[in-house]
Parts: sequence; C-alpha cells; structure tokens
Amino acid sequence: MVLLTELFQHFLPETILSVGVFVLLIIGAWRGERGFGLVDEMTVGLLGLAILSIVLSTKPDMAMLNGAFMDDGFSRFMKVLALIGAMASVIMSVDYLQRTGLEKFEYPLLIILSTLGMMLLISADNLISLYLGLELMSLALYVLAAFAREDGYASEAGLKYFVLGALSSGMMLYGSSLLYGFAGTVSFSGIAQAVAGSTSLGVVFGLVFLLAGLAFKMSAAPFHMWTPDVYQGAPTPVTAFFASAAKMAAVAITARVVMTAFPGATQQWRQIIVFLAIASTLLGSFAAIGQTNIKRLMAYSSIGHMGFALIGLAAANESGLRGVALYLAVYLVMTLGSFAAILSMRVDGKAVEDISDLAGLSRTNGLMAFFLAMLMFSLAGIPPLAGFFAKYYVLLAAVDAGLYPLAIIGVLASAVAAFYYLRVVKVMYFDDPAPEFDAAPFALRAILAISTIALLVFWVYPTPVMDAASAAAKSLL
Amino acid sequence: MTIGLTHYLVVGAIMFTLGVAGIILNRKNIIVILMSVELILLSVNINFVAFSKELGDLTGQVFALYVLTVAAAEAAIGLAILVAFYRNRGTIAVEDINSLKG
Repeated sequence: MVLLTELFQHFLPETILSVGVFVLLIIGAWRGERGFGLVDEMTVGLLGLAILSIVLSTKPDMAMLNGAFMDDGFSRFMKVLALIGAMASVIMSVDYLQRTGLEKFEYPLLIILSTLGMMLLISADNLISLYLGLELMSLALYVLAAFAREDGYASEAGLKYFVLGALSSGMMLYGSSLLYGFAGTVSFSGIAQAVAGSTSLGVVFGLVFLLAGLAFKMSAAPFHMWTPDVYQGAPTPVTAFFASAAKMAAVAITARVVMTAFPGATQQWRQIIVFLAIASTLLGSFAAIGQTNIKRLMAYSSIGHMGFALIGLAAANESGLRGVALYLAVYLVMTLGSFAAILSMRVDGKAVEDISDLAGLSRTNGLMAFFLAMLMFSLAGIPPLAGFFAKYYVLLAAVDAGLYPLAIIGVLASAVAAFYYLRVVKVMYFDDPAPEFDAAPFALRAILAISTIALLVFWVYPTPVMDAASAAAKSLL
Repeated sequence: MTIGLTHYLVVGAIMFTLGVAGIILNRKNIIVILMSVELILLSVNINFVAFSKELGDLTGQVFALYVLTVAAAEAAIGLAILVAFYRNRGTIAVEDINSLKG
C-alpha cells in the first residue's frame, strides 16, 4: 500500500504545475488585462520549481496508480528537457507578445497546461494515461497555434493543426482499442506479456495505428505534412515551443511504448521505425533545400532531426536509447538557440522571417552572426559541436545493431542537409548586407549565447549530460 | 443469427474508414471534417465497449467514457478555432485553406 505522502513526492512536479495553474488562473482573472506580466513571471518560476523538484528528487523508480503512471529515470530526464523547452519558450515570448498585442495572461497558462500534458504523457504507463496526456498536451497546443486571433495565418495554422491532430488522435485511439481487445489489457507491461509468445494480426494492426498516431505528433515523415504550415503560420514563440518541448514528449512516449510494451515484437515495430526514420531524414534534407522562409526551414530541419532520433530508437538497445536521449537534449538546445535568433530578426519593429533578411549579418551584428553560424554548424552535425556527437551516437548504435543501410542513409541525408544549413552561414557572411536588425532584448541575446556556449562546452565536458542520458536509457530497459 | 464481437468490430471498422475518408476526400466544408472526427472517435468507442463485453473487463468501458469526455473538449476547441478562422477569412470552405504552402 503506497502512502499518500509517498505518492505525492513522486507526483511533486505535476502537483506544482497543476496547483500553480489554478492559482495563476485566479490571479489572471482577478487582474484582467494587467495580469500578463505577473502571471508570466510566476510561470517561469513555476516551471523552474518543477525542474528543481525533479533534479533534486532522490526517490527510487516506481509505478503508481495501478500502473497508470511511471516515475523512472527516463521520465525524469525527458521531463527536465520538456520543462526547459517550455521555460525558455515563455522567456523568449515576452517581447514578441508585447509587440504584437498578444500579452494576455492565458498564453503562459496554456503553456503550463500543455507542459503538464507532456509530463503526464512522458510518464504514461498504460494506454489510458497515454491518451489523456496526449490530449491535454494537444488541446492546449491547438489553441496556442491559433493564439493570434486577428491573424489569418495563425488561425489557418491552428485549424490545420487541429484537423490533422484530431485525425492522428483518432488513429492512435483506434490502435489502442485493437491492442486492448487483442492483448486484453491496457497496461504496457500487460501488453508485453501478451505479445511475448506470438504476435497476433490484431496486435500488429493496433501497433501500426498507434505508431502512426504518435508519428503525427512528432512530425515524422510521412505524417509530417502539417509541420511546415503550422510552424510558419503560428506566432514564432509558439513555434519555438512546438519545435522544442512538444517533440521531447512525443519521442519519449514512442520510445517508452515500443521498449516497454513491445519488446516481444521488436521485428515488427523496428520495420515501422526504420521506415519512418529513413523517410524523415531524407525528406528533412531534400525538401528544405528550396525554402526561403526560415521558420519553414526549421520545420523541415526538425523533421530531419526526428528521423535521426528514430535511427537511435530503431537500434532497440541501451546504446540506442542513450543516443535518443542525448540527441533530444542536444536538439532541444540547438532549437531554442535558433528560435532565439529568429525572434531577434526585427527591422524597424517589424518581424522578418526570410533567410535573405539575414544577409550580411556578420557586418551589421557580428556577434549574433557568429552565434547563429555555430548553431547552424551544430544542426548540420559538424564537429566539434554537440550536434556532431549527437548524430555520432545514434549512428553508432544503428551500426552496432547491424542496421547498416539505415546508418548509411542517415549519413548521406546529413550531408545533403548540411547544404542548406551552410547556405544560411554563407548568406550571413558573404552576401551584401540587408537592413540592420533592431537591438534584441536581453532575454533573447542571453538564450542565444547560452545555447551556443552549451553546444561548444559539450565537446570539452560531456560527462554530466552523457551520464544522465545513460541512466535514462538504463531505466527503460 | 446472433450478433457477436465480429459484427461490432466490422461496424467499428466501417465507421472508422468513413471518418478517415470524410476527412481526406471532403473538399467542401470544415464542419463536415469535425463531424468525421466525431465519427472516428465513436467507432473507437464501439470497439472499446464490444471488447470490454467480450473480455469481461470494465477497463474498456472506462476508456470509452474518457474518450467521450475528451471528444467534447476537442469539438469545443475545434469550433472555437473555426470561428476565429471564419472571422479572418469569411469562409469555411476546405479549398480556401491554402494561404500557407510551399
């Protein structure tokens, strides 16, 4: 019998967010239009508090609530990543929201609710909590995408995201219903037992639908079609949140589902993951070549990076999972840094988002050009930046697992992708200067600098992140 | 003829296919897409309840209740976004959702 106090300790980060969101809602409703600043600052504090409560936790791994919720090393690692993504997105968004007249207190509240959904999703240990976590995350994300109500692009982005998101939830649910019927249980460990002997056709169908729905959420090709449109249309800080925190949760739950519920059907799910990985890396590298809008470029870039994370998952062993965890951590830092740079792109107070607007940045703003160039090198996977090591570990795991064609395609796709990342660097350093950007607010400059420095420091001192990723991978097996 | 599990699953599969087809093939109206989404969720519920009865296990029915609840929230949010879209564009035809592309 688990004592309530013990339960509460395992639930501490979720409790902080869910109680906090009610308090902030009341504060926001009470102060009305003037509430944004206070609610926003308290949101950052709340997310920071949740990170602290996870990092400082010394509790052993435990499954709770009849196996609906799993508190283990993997979930703690991914939750920290998702919370960092959410916190950085909130910090980055203040300036943008104030300039576009969107400084409403609902914005940080929706971010918290969505983050809470991600945390429940990351910890989900049966199909019901998976579905509820996914929906809590997605419903808040739909609203965030359409948050700029007066903007036709944003509401179109929200509508597209909603329709395709609802379709993917439906497919995932249909898969869940088949799994429930043919395995006789909704818990992941129960499904693993049922699948252990022989895999029935119904279970395979359920697995395919479930993975298709999850691939939608992490925007792996061929379920990526919403990504470029939504990234371009949604307000930029919301896009940063989509590209950082939401991806962490989607990949984490995919890894948990295949590793804990289907260890007996590795051959079956590996085919699907390998296909998704190949399609995503190739699409991410080729489709991005012709893009002129930097948010669309980042969308295709994120599709490619999800493909790389899936290469690690396809290895289906401890080193593969460590590669996935490390890849996501590095990807998170690179994405947040890039979006801090994109949010700094303002000419005469007006946001610009074409790659050509970066032309000659080295002469107008040398420091920002240097940081952005480092981020692009890291996204392309050029040593000694962290992006290289992230790719190295997932490819190494794929080779160790005997998936040679997958590793070769990954390397080739990464070479193609380097073209468009390096083109951004070329535009910044060798083209004639475009109009100078306005001075960026301190928060954006700080996030840009911190993320770039983190990517450089990883080369010298990778131990803390590597150890955390290893521990996370171990706990999932 | 007795109605067994297979019949329910076939009905569920047909409803699911109709829902997906309604989303993909529909060129007219976004409201029809919202209805198709509901159809998909209801087909899932039929599956859950049929399996629950067959297995003699209540979890499936609990799951179906959760799905109903979330479906209501989802429909509310979908309609809200649709209203925002209509105010900006003055149309809810599917073929007019085309300003973002590339």
